[in-house]
Amino acid sequence: MLRFFLRRLLVAVPTLFLVITLAFFMMRAAPGNPFETSRKLPPEILAHVEAEFGMNRPLGQQYVSYLAGVARGDFGPSLKYQGKSVLDIIAEGFPTSLTIGLSALVLGGLTGVALGVAAALRQNRALDYWVMSGAILGVCIPSFVTAPLLRQGLASDLGLVPTGGLNGPISLVLPVVVLALPQIAIISRLTRAGMIEVLRSNYIRTARAKGLPERVVIGRHALRAALLPLVSYLGPACAGLITGSLVVEKIFNLPGLGKSFVLGALERDYTVVMGVIILYATLIIALNLAADMMLAALDPRVRLS
Amino acid sequence: MTGAILAPGSRRGAETMERAAVKGRSLWDDARRRLLHNRAAVASMILLAVFLAAAIVGPYLTPFRYDAINKSDVWAPPLTAGHLLGADALGRDLLARILIGLRVSLSIGVVATAVSLVIGVAWGATAGFLGGAADELMMRFVDVLYTLPFIFFVILLMVTFGRNFLLIFLAIGFVEWLTMSRIVRGQTLSLKQKEFVEAARAAGLSTPAIIGRHLVPNLLGPVVVYATLTIPAVILTESFLSFIGMGVQEPLTSLGTLISTGADEMDLAPWLLFFPAFVMVATLMAFNFIGDGLRDAIDPKDR
Repeated sequence: MLRFFLRRLLVAVPTLFLVITLAFFMMRAAPGNPFETSRKLPPEILAHVEAEFGMNRPLGQQYVSYLAGVARGDFGPSLKYQGKSVLDIIAEGFPTSLTIGLSALVLGGLTGVALGVAAALRQNRALDYWVMSGAILGVCIPSFVTAPLLRQGLASDLGLVPTGGLNGPISLVLPVVVLALPQIAIISRLTRAGMIEVLRSNYIRTARAKGLPERVVIGRHALRAALLPLVSYLGPACAGLITGSLVVEKIFNLPGLGKSFVLGALERDYTVVMGVIILYATLIIALNLAADMMLAALDPRVRLS
Repeated sequence: MTGAILAPGSRRGAETMERAAVKGRSLWDDARRRLLHNRAAVASMILLAVFLAAAIVGPYLTPFRYDAINKSDVWAPPLTAGHLLGADALGRDLLARILIGLRVSLSIGVVATAVSLVIGVAWGATAGFLGGAADELMMRFVDVLYTLPFIFFVILLMVTFGRNFLLIFLAIGFVEWLTMSRIVRGQTLSLKQKEFVEAARAAGLSTPAIIGRHLVPNLLGPVVVYATLTIPAVILTESFLSFIGMGVQEPLTSLGTLISTGADEMDLAPWLLFFPAFVMVATLMAFNFIGDGLRDAIDPKDR
């Protein structure tokens, strides 16, 4: 197990390094610079400002010193917001993004598994068709369509929840629901497929033959194996939620990290963009690693191959 | 290909053998028949054909150009002032804009999928065919790319190279090839060891002939299915980029850009969201139904 972990870690570290390197040079290759997005500066002043942030040195040198900073946990100052470090910006935005992301993951996971199991147990009957049709809709209706529709209906017209902004837990209800909908769709499909396959297997027949109540057959024997594919979906789910959060934070005007990233990319705030990418890449890579470990722990076949 | 029909179900096989004169149905004939029996898939194909025709010739037939600004028609509701689907904040005809948007979204979907197809099939087939260390190395590379937060790199690409139309194609294609390469590689690996390949080899068929006649046709099924499902994924990605303001630029438009403006002006002109969103969702669903239908038709094992 330890060897398995170390082998995966051996891939994870270079991956992160690759991410940082790619992002650094791509960001620097972008036309324009962080100091001139709104107005043109005289060349002397621009040179002075650039020198202040060490940007007058050769790119290779800047890259090395950036890497050294990251290794020490120093992501540098924001280039657009004076007096704020990248870590300050992350500390401001990340809690909101994490809250809606985690809530959506939990909501999507629980609802998706429940619907998927229910559909699998009534395969090819009315409930199954309803759930699967709903799942197709959930996959095909993008969050940037559901978000404005729900906001208009539930927030503007009915006034049940705020239309936007961060104002207590109630203001996060709609964003979480919008983020969770596609996840519910995908997870219910995965669960249904896994469950149907497992229900056909011999050990389930054995469990039934020895007279176990259906509740135990499903809950203890079938569900465990049926949920294995979900573990490997953890990484992609996280990536999907991060992508979705860019949309949701824009529509509901939430001060999350996705918003900082998009703004940063448009305004060439190099350090902020890099910081957000490194944070999210670490998160996704760590989750993939955790998923691999969990799969190996749960399913001996993975360890052996 | 008659052999494929004979293999499963021994009783029917025996019956067919007695009447050897009966013409065998090929795998693809079978698949087509099954696909045509799938009502959702057929309806989706008809809908997509209509959309495709509308996207190609539609823009030439509308009374307004998609970028023509009409000051008197600002936010004209549907069916007024000659605008069938209404007009936007600049008085531009929504129908004309949806047709152009559909054209842009569909072409991005098809071209980016083609890019991903070429890279994915070449990469996966090579890895699967070579096997051994080369396979290990190539697929590890795919694993590494898989764990990257790709949407960030697409966004960075957009920022770096400006919102170049061609680049959107390429960037999204580069993101989507990974799954394709995994599918093709897995398929090649398992096909290589199948008895019918061994039989073909024993019968003295050359390697290129085995690849051409036995491997490629069997690879084609999953590839076609996955490509059909990639197109809506690409359209979705492009729309997402347009939505956060990094995709296609005004006055040109895509379904995502239209939805984005529609969402902003929903209180004043809800039709600006409804119609583009409807076209988008219908398109995505049609592709998904066709993809699912193709999968069931080509690989009936999974049904």
